[in-house]
Amino acid sequence: MFFSEVTNQAGTFFYLAPWAVFFPVIGLLFNMAFGRKIGEKGVAMVAVAASTLSFVVAVLLWLSLRAQPEGTVIPLASWMTVVDVSWAFRVDTLAVTMMLVVGGVGSLIHLYAAGYMHYDVRYKGDPGRYGRFFVFMNLFIASMMLLVSGNSYLMLFVGWEGVGLCSYLLIGFWFEYDTKGNLSTENAKAGKKAFVANRIGDFGFMAAMFYMFTVFGTLNFDKVFAEVPAVASANPHALLIITLLLLLGVTGKSAQIPLYVWLPDAMAGPTPVSALIHAATMVTAGVYLVARSHVLYDAVPAAQHAVALVGALTALFAATIAVGQYDIKKVLAYSTISQLGFMVAAVGVGAYVAAMFHLIAHAFFKALLFLAAGSVIIALERAHHPLPEDGGAEGEHHGNDPEGFDPQDMRFMGGLRKVIPVTFWTYLIGGLALAGIPPLVAFFSKDEIIAEAKSADALVYWLLVTAAFLTAFYIGRQIFMVFFGEARSHAAEHAKESPWPMTSVLVTLAALSVAGGLLNWPRPYLAEWLGHTLGEVEAAGLNPVVAGTSATIAVVSLLLAWWLYGKRPLESAGQPDPLKRPLGWVFTGMEAKWWVDELYWAVVLNPYVALSRIAAAFDVRVIDETVNDTAWLTDFVGGKIARWQTGFVRNYALSVFVGVLLIFTYLLWR
Amino acid sequence: MSIDLLVLLVLALIAIGAALGMLFSRNVVYALLFLVLVMLTLAVLYLILGAPFLALAQVTVYAGAIMVLFLFAVMVLGTHSLDELGGPIGWQRPWAFFLTAVFLIEVVYAFAARVGKLGLLSCAEAGFGSPAAIGKLLFNQYLLPFEVTSVLLLAATIGAVVLTKDVLSE
Amino acid sequence: MVPTNYLIILSAVLFLIGVAGVLVRRNVLVVYMSIELMLNAANLAFAAFASAFGALDGQIAVFFVMTVAAAEVAVGLAILVTIFRTRQSVDVDSLHQLKG
Repeated sequence: MFFSEVTNQAGTFFYLAPWAVFFPVIGLLFNMAFGRKIGEKGVAMVAVAASTLSFVVAVLLWLSLRAQPEGTVIPLASWMTVVDVSWAFRVDTLAVTMMLVVGGVGSLIHLYAAGYMHYDVRYKGDPGRYGRFFVFMNLFIASMMLLVSGNSYLMLFVGWEGVGLCSYLLIGFWFEYDTKGNLSTENAKAGKKAFVANRIGDFGFMAAMFYMFTVFGTLNFDKVFAEVPAVASANPHALLIITLLLLLGVTGKSAQIPLYVWLPDAMAGPTPVSALIHAATMVTAGVYLVARSHVLYDAVPAAQHAVALVGALTALFAATIAVGQYDIKKVLAYSTISQLGFMVAAVGVGAYVAAMFHLIAHAFFKALLFLAAGSVIIALERAHHPLPEDGGAEGEHHGNDPEGFDPQDMRFMGGLRKVIPVTFWTYLIGGLALAGIPPLVAFFSKDEIIAEAKSADALVYWLLVTAAFLTAFYIGRQIFMVFFGEARSHAAEHAKESPWPMTSVLVTLAALSVAGGLLNWPRPYLAEWLGHTLGEVEAAGLNPVVAGTSATIAVVSLLLAWWLYGKRPLESAGQPDPLKRPLGWVFTGMEAKWWVDELYWAVVLNPYVALSRIAAAFDVRVIDETVNDTAWLTDFVGGKIARWQTGFVRNYALSVFVGVLLIFTYLLWR
Repeated sequence: MSIDLLVLLVLALIAIGAALGMLFSRNVVYALLFLVLVMLTLAVLYLILGAPFLALAQVTVYAGAIMVLFLFAVMVLGTHSLDELGGPIGWQRPWAFFLTAVFLIEVVYAFAARVGKLGLLSCAEAGFGSPAAIGKLLFNQYLLPFEVTSVLLLAATIGAVVLTKDVLSE
Repeated sequence: MVPTNYLIILSAVLFLIGVAGVLVRRNVLVVYMSIELMLNAANLAFAAFASAFGALDGQIAVFFVMTVAAAEVAVGLAILVTIFRTRQSVDVDSLHQLKG
């Protein structure tokens, strides 16, 4: 039945849209109920199958959309009829593009995690947590699908909060440890930080929704967008306020200035989580939100400008920090923030197609980089203290590694290209893609953004070009530090290549990173496709000047990185970074992340904590005391009155009789 | 003074006397017999009130079945006589009598002086309160409560059996 | 032909004797009999009003009261027997453990 519908191209699969959410939900419920019975393999199979089925639904929707590109809305159930909000799934080209990314990359990462978590749970010493991980992962896929396919801001918000919850749960997945595996509350704090920072963003989103409802009277996408011209002429300030509040939500979820601080700490989660949630999908929700609300933003140039500036500043700022980091995942985290800045800047200058193109490209190569980084970390861990299945004894440590060895610290790596070749080659492809070397995917997508920025805003353009230069530099620095030179620790010398579920995913993503450019070049397929939803978008095409410039910048920057880190590699883990001397305090600032966390502590958090202490004292001294005294009084009076309860039934009967007598007397008296 | 009123007064005196006898008799068996007497008196009153069915039910159910049940209980529990004046809450006794007396005065005052004449009894009407009329009403308008009552009785039977099972098995 | 008021007063007197029985007697069986007496007094009032207003519903009520009383006596006496088996006493005042 299905196949005939596909081949005829006559039928549509739109009615399947809710199943993109249902499949992962079924998977997670199954794993919650039977996870302990079916073992690791069973859990992984169920989770991967659930995620893959969700992806299959997205593919079927894509096939249906090809025949009917204007899309449709699939109502599922009513929710709040008074305010005209229902559970309805919006199937259009933008939503389905996101669904394909989420389902596709998500399924690959599920597969990778099946192998990765096998080691991770053993190194952390709690194999029982394997199932819980996949429950959270499936919950994430379900929430993300809900986010991208909702037909109203409120439904989008449900998914928005759902992915935030999953993010929190997965950052704090090893809540009793820190990132080095010592017992501490660091990971739990990182989860809390992400949650609180997102809450500030959510406040903006919710305020935007409330105000939107008072102005438009609805939260339904179509109805809001239809009203925009009328509202824009009658009440332009309302649109400005709504769009700026939405921007606050975007800065929270997509880790932009000033709320980006949670994302680097979010690397406390297991690496597949960093890849899926904190690089490929969830953090792009903000970009999706702006693209989805493009009608609103197009009507308010001031808000657009603010979005573009926030994005461009973030892109540059995060790129500078990435240059000064030593933790392999921290570099990628700041790189993610920077790349998200590119996307936000793109939606800010109205280049929605370019932003979505870069979003897809980023999902490919950044997921690849994170997963390869995870593969590096596991490879080092396995050499550092081998598991029984790798021929090591339980809890054995190699004494040969330098003091303070950390499997995530790039200073303890080096020379890894020889011992883990698959990881190296895939990492190299991902890195070159990120740097923007043609013909890899980010070359096309980033160029499109920069070209659009050039025609829109000079300041944004220069910020982005500088950021692109730094991007190529820090990824070059990372590759040379990790894979070239000589091994700087015992673990790096004896690293073990990861098993096939992990490497096969790396290879797949590498292939996507290479070929992804075909999406929009030479034929602007993506632009035409998204044009059905985003309205007529003129395809920027490939600007030869811009493309040449940025390719040159990338190559120069990589050469500079080679000159600094590749030509004379670090000798030992303790040697200072070669950039430290020429740059001086600037590099110290990059290393210390420009003291932003410290600034937030001094300006916002410490006063807040002090206020909380006052409130706590008030709570204990005044409120608790009042409650306790009331309780004491009740207890005292009750103790006195309890004597009335003598236990003699005849006494009680007398009491009842006296009551009846009083009532009767009153009735007579009346 | 009509003959009916005379009969009523005599019956009322018998009923009140028997009730007081129940209240004050030390021996449980005597108390029980006094109660039977009250019930039989009431049965006669029901006849006067034009309720022959109720009169018969009163005799069979109350004076018959229930009183036999009481007798069985007396047989099991024995006829211990207690010191009714003493006990841990002996102080309650005078208060109880006093309050009861107050209530009685209030009720008599209310129904003799305040309520007014409540019409005369019209027991002469043919067929009123006959088993046929009662049955018609019971099986039409009150069918559901009637059926519910049967469930109640079944539950009570089972309950009584379960509660006293150990006694029977001994 | 008798005024209904007299019957109601008779009913009240019997009822109050029952109340006094519950309040002053210690023998649990007599307490139980007093409760039966109160039920009968109420029945009398029902029957009296039924003929006063010529409505049979009052008699139906009496009928139901009788049924319930039968059930209540059956279960109640069973409970009394069970209590007696454990406490060897027919004194209501011996049961006063549930106090504040």
